[in-house]
Amino acid sequence: MFAYYLDLGLRSLKRSPGLTALMVLTLAFGVAASMTAWSVFRAVSGDPIPWKSSQLYVPQIDMWGPQAQDSNPDSDKGPPDALDYNDAVALMRDHRAKLQSAIYQIGPAVVPADAARHPINTDGHAVFSEFFPMVDAPFQYGSGWTAADDEHRAPVAVIGSKLNAKVFDGGNSVGKTINVDGRDYRVVGVLDDWNPQPRFFDVVNTGGFASEGEGLFLPFNTAIAAGISNNGNTNCNAVPDAGFEGLQRSSCVWIAYMAQLDDTAAATAYRNYLEGFARTRYPDWAPNVRLRSLPEWLDHEHVVPSDTKVSLLIALGLLLVCLVNTAGLLLAKFLRRSPEIGVRRALGAPRAAIYAQFLTEGATIGVAGGVLGLVLTGVGVASVGLVLPRDIANLARLDVSLLFTTLIVAVLAAVLAALYPTFRAARVQPAWQLKSN
Amino acid sequence: MTLHPMLAALRRHKAGVVLIALQIALTLAIVCNAIFIIGSRIERIQRPSGLDEQNLFMVSQQFVGAPTGDDEATTDKLDSLQLADLSTLRNLPDVQSATPINSLPLANSTWSGGASIKPDEKNEAARVVYFFGGKDLLKTLGVRLVSGRDFTDAEIGHRAFRAANKPTVAIISQALADKLYPAHDALGKAIYFDGGTSPTTIIGIVERLQASTVDSWANAFAWNTALIPTRLDAGYARYAVRAKPGRMDEAMKAATAALYKANPMRVFFFDGKGARGFDEIRANAYRADRGMAILMSMICLILLAVTGAGIVGLTSFWVGQRHKQIGVRRALGARKRDILRYFQTENLMIAGGGALAGIALAVGLNLWLMHRFEMDRIPVWYVLLGVGVVLLLGQLAVFAPAHRASNVPPVVATRSV
Repeated sequence: MFAYYLDLGLRSLKRSPGLTALMVLTLAFGVAASMTAWSVFRAVSGDPIPWKSSQLYVPQIDMWGPQAQDSNPDSDKGPPDALDYNDAVALMRDHRAKLQSAIYQIGPAVVPADAARHPINTDGHAVFSEFFPMVDAPFQYGSGWTAADDEHRAPVAVIGSKLNAKVFDGGNSVGKTINVDGRDYRVVGVLDDWNPQPRFFDVVNTGGFASEGEGLFLPFNTAIAAGISNNGNTNCNAVPDAGFEGLQRSSCVWIAYMAQLDDTAAATAYRNYLEGFARTRYPDWAPNVRLRSLPEWLDHEHVVPSDTKVSLLIALGLLLVCLVNTAGLLLAKFLRRSPEIGVRRALGAPRAAIYAQFLTEGATIGVAGGVLGLVLTGVGVASVGLVLPRDIANLARLDVSLLFTTLIVAVLAAVLAALYPTFRAARVQPAWQLKSN
Repeated sequence: MTLHPMLAALRRHKAGVVLIALQIALTLAIVCNAIFIIGSRIERIQRPSGLDEQNLFMVSQQFVGAPTGDDEATTDKLDSLQLADLSTLRNLPDVQSATPINSLPLANSTWSGGASIKPDEKNEAARVVYFFGGKDLLKTLGVRLVSGRDFTDAEIGHRAFRAANKPTVAIISQALADKLYPAHDALGKAIYFDGGTSPTTIIGIVERLQASTVDSWANAFAWNTALIPTRLDAGYARYAVRAKPGRMDEAMKAATAALYKANPMRVFFFDGKGARGFDEIRANAYRADRGMAILMSMICLILLAVTGAGIVGLTSFWVGQRHKQIGVRRALGARKRDILRYFQTENLMIAGGGALAGIALAVGLNLWLMHRFEMDRIPVWYVLLGVGVVLLLGQLAVFAPAHRASNVPPVVATRSV
């Protein structure tokens, strides 16, 4: 029966090619615009570590006190979104979570052993040994360093695959020596291609997105001892003493922190610990602490740009208009065939048959619109790079799931648009139609 | 022409009329807000920075194995590296002037602090964005001094970039001057930076100088800027360079090559190129705004095209359906013009009804966007513009089918279907 309805649908569509083309184009544009916007939204709002994000937490402590709250732009009057050096080190020392790491952004220069090559600027982070298992960083060669290396300020490094290619021409570089800002470090691990988006472990300094993968990881204590200063934001409530050491003594915040807590009981215990921690360290005011899970944290930091959300909304609005438009045209088309419907009904076709026939016709338009929409979505995704900031545009990709979503959305939209016109068509009174002819 | 028969006809195909009106209402709501977004983005992009942007570029680089700058000896060492670079740049034939600087307007590396008119003030009177520079600062930036004077060479100092900010003199923007001293002339008055106790004298006021970021967190103080005559000594150094007119590309190439030649132990930023023209800095800063404006324009265009085509399609159908009635009207003496006007008026009524609903939707959508995304309130004239656009679109779209209807000959009335 379906084949017959399909044939009927195609015949009917062929009879008014202009109207059909109009509906297909309308659907295609509507679907393509919303799918392009969706591809960007999906890319920036994705969970960077879905298998684990609910176990990762970001602690915040108010080290500035109520006096600083007057100028706090945060609506919930929460603490600063990073830690100062003393609190970060104290949290590390207490070591209350299963895995945890203080994290700060560095941007040192790497000097290749080959004197003919220019020094290379690299982005990276100073972290603790537990960072690598906590974020499930994939290693190509070797592994992270040990807790003992943290303690002894060992001159070791983990490098990214790109830096490995630039400095050592790729390959297993474990055990080789890399010169960072004039000091030698022993490479203990080489990461696979790893470029999580958003850069969840240091949203504050990266703004969430970075086009390049991580180049270099050094042990936190080693980097501090070597005076490798922070390359990211520094937010101060009072003017710090001079120098990087002055910054470490100050209450300026510049250190990101992440902890892995496996269940809610652990999270509750950690939250209680944070309160106690704040109470002892800052007895002058009531503890003001937060412990946000990673998804909550990304939301709090507005990692998804509001432009992306607005674009998606407006594009969905466009799809809605296209839907209404298609519904109007289909209504006209279906009702024009009232006599035909009257004959079919008079010959014994039940309402269900009319529904099946016209919804099939609607779905046919959906498939055609979907296929054309796919092409247009491809064009759209390819051209977002021309209009959007690079960090974000690079993330939007056309993949199998987007292709399927496009087709499904197109067919669903067409069937949805066909619902009311079909309802009207099925209500055609056969007797009246036959009489009037 | 009486509207009664028209209303009676419309009542016969309610569903089609409602669908078109709904479509027009939605189109209006979206187009108004999209045009508003486009308008406000264009306005943002076109704000002058206060610089003479032609022939200006920035060099950004880092010294490899540079000393820390945590004590006086290493600070002096860093300063000499910087001064050497500056003299290299100033000696280039295509370079007019060069100055060390921590950042430029729109260049996205921001140093902000608090400013007050009293010492040791906990609650700052204004947030301020600093530009730290050296010799030829005003000349190189091309900012317009509206009162006071330029820095003298003797006033220019240097410090480690993590040392305290205690300048004796500063030149501030008119916006900051108005904010701090709304009732008086700020020239010659004192200003206290970052809740400090040592006064800084305002020796000059520049007409306009934009902050180094266009991000929303700095919106509240985007024009509160201060020029400080201090070279910052750090492992990285940036220079603003003004090329001789028309010699920008040559100057940019020569600058990085000469710096490398003088001292190869450095890493150039800007994707390894080292120099970036101000036009590119501006384009990068407003890339997201430009993108949003283009995106919204595309959506508006598609939306209007779809709605226009929808009106053409549905009206054509109605014309076909009423073929016989039109013939009867013509036979009874209606002129071609009357038929044309009938369909035009009908469309105006439907579009007008849709537009009325659309105004409510547009305002509602705007309120919701304001609530969720910190957008501004849409000015009335954007909505009126939108209403004009959809009514005009309706008339344009209905013209072809209406014209076809007016060509239906009266003789149709005598034929049976």
